[in-house]
Amino acid sequence: MEISKKKEKDVLVVSVSGRIDAVTAPDFEKNLSESIGAGEKTFLIKMNQLEYISSAGLRSILAIAKVLKTKEGKMVFSELHGPVKDVFKISGFGSIFTIYDTEEDALKQF
Amino acid sequence: MQNIVVPAHLKSLQKSVAFVSSFTRELGFDPRRLSEIELCVEEVLVNIFNYAYPGEPGEVEISCRSGPEGTLTIEIVDSGIPFNILSSDDPDISLNIDERHVGGLGIYFVKQLMDRVEYRREDNKNFLSMINNTTAGGRPADK
Repeated sequence: MEISKKKEKDVLVVSVSGRIDAVTAPDFEKNLSESIGAGEKTFLIKMNQLEYISSAGLRSILAIAKVLKTKEGKMVFSELHGPVKDVFKISGFGSIFTIYDTEEDALKQF
Repeated sequence: MQNIVVPAHLKSLQKSVAFVSSFTRELGFDPRRLSEIELCVEEVLVNIFNYAYPGEPGEVEISCRSGPEGTLTIEIVDSGIPFNILSSDDPDISLNIDERHVGGLGIYFVKQLMDRVEYRREDNKNFLSMINNTTAGGRPADK
């Protein structure tokens, strides 16, 4: 798993590639927690290069989302595809989070 | 048939999933199905790693075998505390962020995505089999 970040106005765009499994999920969660600690409140998670996510990854996403909510922050997603899209659908995460087709679409909302 | 025995520890995860994938890839599953099988293998293993051997080391045996008509059977065996994943409750996937818990989601994936799941307790071991057919029709995710 690789994570890269860039700032678009007030939104932290987080591109995550590779696999978020039970081994890498804690790193993902820690990485985003550090950004929250640094004052970031609005996150766009770009998943166009994410190949795989398991329930451990969803658990991390949910944990981050709960923290953000207490800080009146927000996390949205873009460009889910393949197995990742399926996992969001089956788990119900596709309904509880806002998902955009493109980064551009997502950024227009802020 | 091929099998491996690994320590019941998260460190064994990637090696175990890779073992199953290399066997499964040969059988002609499409990439989407391969990924679903990887996911379910991870979910079962992580559950064993986390809960089967509380406070003590243990082992897990993973075996793969192909049968007639493109059938793949993945059997995962541990000697830990009895646990039948088929009897666990499904999570409520309709809850919002505040109410939502992720517990039980991994097992739910296994029940939803695998063509057939069988459990038996024998010789003080848990035997879990996930059986999939390369030519299976309906996909639960699309229903």
